[in-house]
Order: sequence, then C-alpha cells, then structure tokens
Amino acid sequence: MATMPAPLARQRTERLQRIWEEPKGLVGWLTTVDHKRIGLMFLFTSLAFFAAGGVEALLIRTQLIRPDNGLLSPGAFNEAMTMHGVTMIFLVVVPMSIGAFGNYLLPLMIGARDLAFPRMNALSFWIYVASGLFVYTGLAIGSAPDAGWFDYLPLGSKQYSPGPNVDFYTLGLIFNGISSTATAVNLIVTTFKLRAPGMSLNRMPLFCYAMLATSFALVFALPPLNTALIFLELDRALGFHFFDVTKGGDPLLWQHLFWIFGHPEVYIIILPAFGIATAIIPTFARRKMVAFPLVALAEILVAFIGFGVWAHHMFAVGLDTITTIYFAAASLIIVIPSGIQLFAWITTIVTGRPRFKTPLLWIVGFIVLFLLGGLSGVTFAAIPFDQQLTDTYYVVAHFHYVIFGAAVFPLLGGMFYWFPKVTGRMYHERAGQASFWLSFVGMNLTFFPMHIVGLLGMPRRQYTYPHGLGWDGYNLVETIGSYLLAAGLLMVVTNLAVSLFRGVPAGNDPFGGDTLEWSTTSPPPSYNFAVIPRVTSPYAMWDREDRQADQRDLAGPAERVLDEGHETPASSVLDADWDEILEMPAKSWSPILLAAALAAGFTMLLTRHYVIAAVVALLALVVLGGWHWKEPQEA
Amino acid sequence: MARSTLRRFRQDRLPSPLIRVALWGAAAAVALAVAGCGEQSPLKPESDPARDIAKLTWWMFGIAGVVFGGAVVMLLIGWLTRREEGLPFIGKRSNVETGAVVVFGIVIPVVVLIGVFAFANLVVLDDTDAPKASSTELTVEVTGNQWFWEVRYPGTKAVTANEIHIPVRTRVNLVGKTDDVIHSIWIPQLNRKIDTVPGHRNRILLYADKPGRYRGQCAEFCGLQHAHMSMYVFADPPERFRAWLRNMERPEAPPAGPSARGGKRIFMANQCASCHTIRGTAARGDIGPDLTHLRDRTTLAGLTIPNRGDYLLRWIRDPQHFKPGNKMPALGLSDAQIQKLVTYLEGLR
Repeated sequence: MATMPAPLARQRTERLQRIWEEPKGLVGWLTTVDHKRIGLMFLFTSLAFFAAGGVEALLIRTQLIRPDNGLLSPGAFNEAMTMHGVTMIFLVVVPMSIGAFGNYLLPLMIGARDLAFPRMNALSFWIYVASGLFVYTGLAIGSAPDAGWFDYLPLGSKQYSPGPNVDFYTLGLIFNGISSTATAVNLIVTTFKLRAPGMSLNRMPLFCYAMLATSFALVFALPPLNTALIFLELDRALGFHFFDVTKGGDPLLWQHLFWIFGHPEVYIIILPAFGIATAIIPTFARRKMVAFPLVALAEILVAFIGFGVWAHHMFAVGLDTITTIYFAAASLIIVIPSGIQLFAWITTIVTGRPRFKTPLLWIVGFIVLFLLGGLSGVTFAAIPFDQQLTDTYYVVAHFHYVIFGAAVFPLLGGMFYWFPKVTGRMYHERAGQASFWLSFVGMNLTFFPMHIVGLLGMPRRQYTYPHGLGWDGYNLVETIGSYLLAAGLLMVVTNLAVSLFRGVPAGNDPFGGDTLEWSTTSPPPSYNFAVIPRVTSPYAMWDREDRQADQRDLAGPAERVLDEGHETPASSVLDADWDEILEMPAKSWSPILLAAALAAGFTMLLTRHYVIAAVVALLALVVLGGWHWKEPQEA
Repeated sequence: MARSTLRRFRQDRLPSPLIRVALWGAAAAVALAVAGCGEQSPLKPESDPARDIAKLTWWMFGIAGVVFGGAVVMLLIGWLTRREEGLPFIGKRSNVETGAVVVFGIVIPVVVLIGVFAFANLVVLDDTDAPKASSTELTVEVTGNQWFWEVRYPGTKAVTANEIHIPVRTRVNLVGKTDDVIHSIWIPQLNRKIDTVPGHRNRILLYADKPGRYRGQCAEFCGLQHAHMSMYVFADPPERFRAWLRNMERPEAPPAGPSARGGKRIFMANQCASCHTIRGTAARGDIGPDLTHLRDRTTLAGLTIPNRGDYLLRWIRDPQHFKPGNKMPALGLSDAQIQKLVTYLEGLR
C-alpha cells in the first residue's frame, strides 16, 4: 500500500468529503445531484424495466410455443408485443447505456467531479422514472399501447385505435424524450468542457467518444420522433389530419419521421456498447487498442451515416426505385465503420495477451453476435431480398442479434467489469463465466432459429400460427431458448447481488484498467478525484508517473485540489487547457418536483383536461423559477 | 485480500470458449442448409423473380459464412496465442496490425459490398420491380381489409376473397390497395411482398411457372387478427382460368329447394345482407367479403378454417370463436335457421 497520507493530504480529503457529501437515507437519494448516485438509480430502474420487458418476452414466446396456442388473446398478445418493444428500446437500453453507464463512468474517465449540469441530470432521471410509470399505467388499467412499437398509421389513429392505449404511447414517449435529450446534452457539454487538463480530444478514451457520438445522435434523432408524436397526438386528440389520407394527409409521413429517428436509434443503442467493448478489450488484452484514431473516427461516422439510411425500413411501401437504390447504397456504406471497429477489436485481442475473464467473455460473445447481426443486416441492403424478408422473423432474428447481442451483452460485460469499482467487491468469477455461457447458448437458441422460420415464410407480430408450414419445431426451440436465456440473466443478477455482500474486497484497480476511474478508491469518493488528474495519453491509468504525481500533489499546490468549495475545473474544448473553475450546484428538491409537475401535466393531457394541464404547466414554471432563484450552491 | 483476488484471477482455468462458438456457428449453418421446406417459403421459388431472390439469398449467405468463419478463426487464434504478444509468425508490428484493420475492415468489405450492390440492386431488382403496364396480360386488384383480402379483376364483374386465381405462365399485374389500415401482400414463392397503403396503388408482378396452389399471408401488422389474414394463389391452365372467371362474373345462382330459399330469406332479413354482397340480390354490404360464389372457395375467414358445411355452421353460430376480434357479430339465430343459411350459402357456386 501507499505510504501514510501526510497530514495536509488527509486534511484536504476530509475537507473535500465534507464539501461534497450528501445526506444519507431517502432524502439524500431524492435530492441527490451526484452523477454516481443518479447513475445507480438509472441502473436499478432500468433493470426493473428490463425484468418487466423480459416477462413480456417470455409471455410472447410461451404463446408461440406451439401452433394455435390459446395462452394469450390476440389483444393481450399485441399489448405484450408492443410493450416489450417500447420497454426495451425506450426504458431499458437507452437509459441503461447513457443514463447508467454514461452517467456513472464518463466523469470518472475524463477526470471530472460531476456532469456539467448536475441538477438537470437529476431531472432527467426523475422524468425517466415518471415517463416509464406513465406508460406502464396503461398496462395497469388494461389499456396498454397495442399498435406495435413503431405504431404505424392509420392503425394507431383514433379511427382504428379508439381507446387511450396509443395515447399512453404518444404522450409517454414525448415525456420520455425530454429525459434522453437532457442526458445527451449533459454528456456532450461534460465531454467538451470538463475533461481533466491535458486530456485533449485525441487523448480521450474511446468509451467517451462512443458516448459523445451517441449523445449527438440522440439530440438530432429525437426531434423527428417528437414531431411525429405531436402530429399523431394532434390527430388523435384534436382531430387534425396529418396522417389521414382522406383529408390530404399521408400515412407514409409517419413512417418517414419515425424511421428518421428509428434508424439512428439503432446506433444510439449499440454505440455505447461499442464504447464498453473498447474499454474492456485493452484491459484484458493487456495492450492498447489497435488503430485508435480509426476506431474513434468510425464511432463518429456510424452515428453520422446512421441518419442517411432510414428508408431501408420502408422498401416494401412502394417508394420509387431510384429512392430505394440511394438508401440501399447508404446502408451499405455504414458497414465500413462497423467493420473497422469489429476488426480493431479482434486484432487487439489476437495481438494482445488476453485473459478470458467474465467481462472479456461477454465482449467476445458480443463480437460473435454482432458479426451475425451485422451480416444479416447487410443482406437488407439488397433491395429485393429486403422486400422479400422484411416483416418476417428473419428481421426479428437480425435485430435481436444486434440489440440483445451487440447492445445488451456488452452492458452485461460492463456490469461485471465495473462492479468492483462501483461496489468495492469482486463478483464470483466462475459463476460469472457460467452465466455467460448459459446466456450465450440461450440467446442463440432463442434467436438463431428465427432466421430459419423467417426464411420459411413466417411473418412477425402474429399472435398464433397454423400447423403444417414447417414452423412448429423452430418455435418450440426458440421458446426453450428464451427460458435458458432468462435463467442466464437471473444468474447474472444473483451473482452480482450476492457478491455485493459476500464478494472479496476488490481494491482500486483489480484488472489493471487503462482509464482514470481505476485511480479512485472503490467505490469512488463523492468528489471523485482529490487531485484533478493531469493527462498525457488516452491510457491515463497506464501512465504510472502521472498518477504518482497526482498522489504527490495532494500535498502540493492548492489549485489542483480545489478544496475551497464545491468546485471542478473547466477546460478548453480541443486541447483541454485549464480554463476556469466552476462552482457546482448542490443537492436540490427542484428536479423531482419539476418531474412530478410534468407527470401531472402529461396525465391531464391524456385525460383531455386541458385547462388543468395549463394550470399544471404554470406550476411547473413556478418550480423552474424556484430552481433558478438562488445561486446553485445554496439551492 | 486484493492480492489473493489477483492470484485467483491468474489461476482460474478456462473452458475453450471460442471452440464452442465455432461449433455453434457450424451447427447453425447446417440447420440453415436443411431449411427450405414449406408452402410459404421464399427458398422454394416458383417464378423468375422469386428464384432470383432465392439465388441472391444463397450467394449472400455464402459470403456471410466466409466472413463469419474468418472472423471466428481470428478469434480462435487470439485464444490459442493468448500467452504471446503480437501476431503468429509476424510478431509485434503496429503497422501490420493497423494494416489488418484496414484490409479486413475497409478494403475487403468495399469490394464485396460493391459486388452485392450491383447484383442485387441493379440486376435482380429489374425482375422484382413493378412491371411495365404493357408487359402484363391481366390485372388483379387485391384490397386489404381488416382481416380479409378482396380480389377483383378490373374489366370484369368478378369479385372474390382470399383466393386469387391466375392463369399459369402469364404475366399478371397485381395492384395492391387497402380499405383501412396498411397491410402487405406476400406470396413468397412467387414474388417479394408489397405493402397496401391508404392513398397509394402499389404494383408487383404475379407469375407462376407451374399450375398449383401458393400460400401467402399479410406481412404488415394490421391489428387483432393480423395472424389470420392469409391467402392462396391458384395458378390454373389458361382455359380453366377463363372458365373460372366467366363463372365468377355471373350473379347469384338462385337457391334450389325450400331449405335454401328459407336460408336466403333469413340472409336478407338479418344483418347478413347489410355487411355482405351477393350480386343479383338485395345484399350489397361492403363490410365483409363478397359471398356471390362462396362455394368456389376452399377456405373461410382468410384461410382460418376449411370451407365446409360443419365449419360454416359453427362460424355463423359463434363468429368470434375461430377468429376473435373480427367484425362479424353473433346473430342469435336458432340452429334450424343457421342450418338453412348454410344450405343457401353452400349453393352459391
């Protein structure tokens, strides 16, 4: 261990602890602005929704276990299917990847003490919780959204979906979008302005590049979705005709707007996972990433090109040929940045001395699954093939390889990887590996046969199917696989839950990680870094002298410790030169109150009480006024 | 304690993950190879467009298999050489490493993708695109309804539902429309699918090499009974098709016998007539399918049940039993009345 801290050093850490500490107990959690606590709340909430979405998936699979099964009525099946999609996309993967992993890790990786807007961060979390509960209220009262997660018009219009089901979807997603936008803006500003001195953009870890690219994509992808949702709600609530062809509207307008959001959303879902992979691989391969600049560039390119390919979701709607050819070409181009990353990961593993521990196993599994999902994705850029197989189980197979294999596997690997950092304890290695194998086998048993039934002509989204078309056996295998997969995931949760109490103490850096979060204690102190680190390469933790210098400076000049107040340094965008010292806001009730007011407002819109909604909006403005009345530090 | 963790970390023995991955891939490839049976399979093409797509499919799967295999072999090498740095035989050379990423991640994909693009989107597309109007000999209009297909032959009076008849080896212009939400017409053995979108008339070529029955299904989620919205295409020799069409153009065959006449009275006096059309009678409803030649069809309710007297009777008695959510209400008729209705409907040839 290091030598005893000098008296000055101890004084300083104690002072920092006093300044940054938040109240314990429930009140502390309700008013927190600490990115680590908010990140954990995002994690636990998204895990709860993951469980709900998982139960919906098992219901779907159980209904389809044999032909003409009668477990779910057609209506119940459509609700389960819609809720499964909405939950996994909007309430699980995005909040978990940027809300939990981005929130918790990004400041630690760039050497900051919090996100740029801590209270907006808290607001984002509370809105996320409220919007999730809002959507699930529909399920609780028996009116869950049931027109599919992409809610094609006119099926989702008032005429064909007269109940409030689709209103829960429309208003819930508008509400939820506020949360994602807030987190994305927060991560962008944090990445650009709060990097530790010396961490110029070319020295930023690839994980942060991935988070940055994702956040930018989110900020630009959500407006088209919100536009579509607002149009739809105007159609439904006030009798507008945006999508009504008899009054000059067009249902294809919905599809364009939805997929201008929907395709970038795919990259929003997998980019953070790519970031996690590029964080885990160097640590376990014990070498730096191969082709670092190419990978950084590829991460940004993926997010960018992802905006130009949306119409490949619409090849069967009757677009003219030249349009489809353009979008097919654009869709092929996006293969290239994905290929760069894939082979950079593989080459790094091949040329390193990899230790195949649990986190790396999930990542290797991810590489294999992403390869399959990516290759099946490429086939959709062949227009006639797309027109033949779209809306079949082949598509369901493809996007589950991408979303479950390429997004959720790295998230699970990341949970193992950072578990010691967050909790201070080690998970159980052998159980971790077993849970990986169980999940990997379950995943492939569930989703691989879907390629085949798709190629045998089985359309997606049907609550039952007849015997005699060659689909029965595959569906049975898929259902068995889904239960194995669920068992594997339960094993992950059990492992981590037990290790939380029984795990061996982990120390600060159990894996020899390459990024700054490993330089803090486990779990990190409320102020993250006693000494603002000075960074000279993207592998800051492997620069031993720099980190030893940080240690020494705890008793050195005061400007790197910032123990006079609730402070973190801001730096210049490109070179990360020390710019100024920011006074950071402290705990506050405003975010949760504002989220509650907004939830009330959206509920009033749903029940068509517009006057009360206006009153609640005024109330929200009052809360917002209170929020900004006082200086952030005293709020 | 931390030290003991680290020691355990080094000592843990490992199974051979990558070998298992490879085995999985191989098993999957075999599974896919034996696939291709079934009446609704795109891999059992019976026309030029569908055959082109199937060919394209196998080519792409072949290429994908090579790429997948190559990547898995690289990962295997990574596992076998996990104790040594650098590449086997070449060692640690960072320009070689970056070069590998450029070659495998950029150069090879660009070449392969250009090939796939040219073949798929310039060659095959020619066949699967909407046919030129002058190149077809017959037009069939198929209209999606929640949840059945209405089939018309423009220029004739023929109307039927869910079962499309076409002459074999004849280029047929299929026009897809909808009366309500978006559906998608998909007969995989004959051609790719085409969505039916309100306000749009989409077209594809319908062509069958051999006489026979081809199964199709709605491929776009359209609500409660999306699952029971299937169709058959019957490709018949041209003379047989023409005879069929002539028959379909005729109005109702007048009921023979007292029971059938009683059934007709019940039909006209109840809600039946306000939702269904029987040409040549007062029944002109347009909610449900046209029943003028009901007996001509082999199935009922979008291929949900066979078109037999016993099924028809059970359907009328409780229309929500086989296809819950469809728009037909139970009429509260007595079994004797229903039996007469069935007799009448069975006479509609």
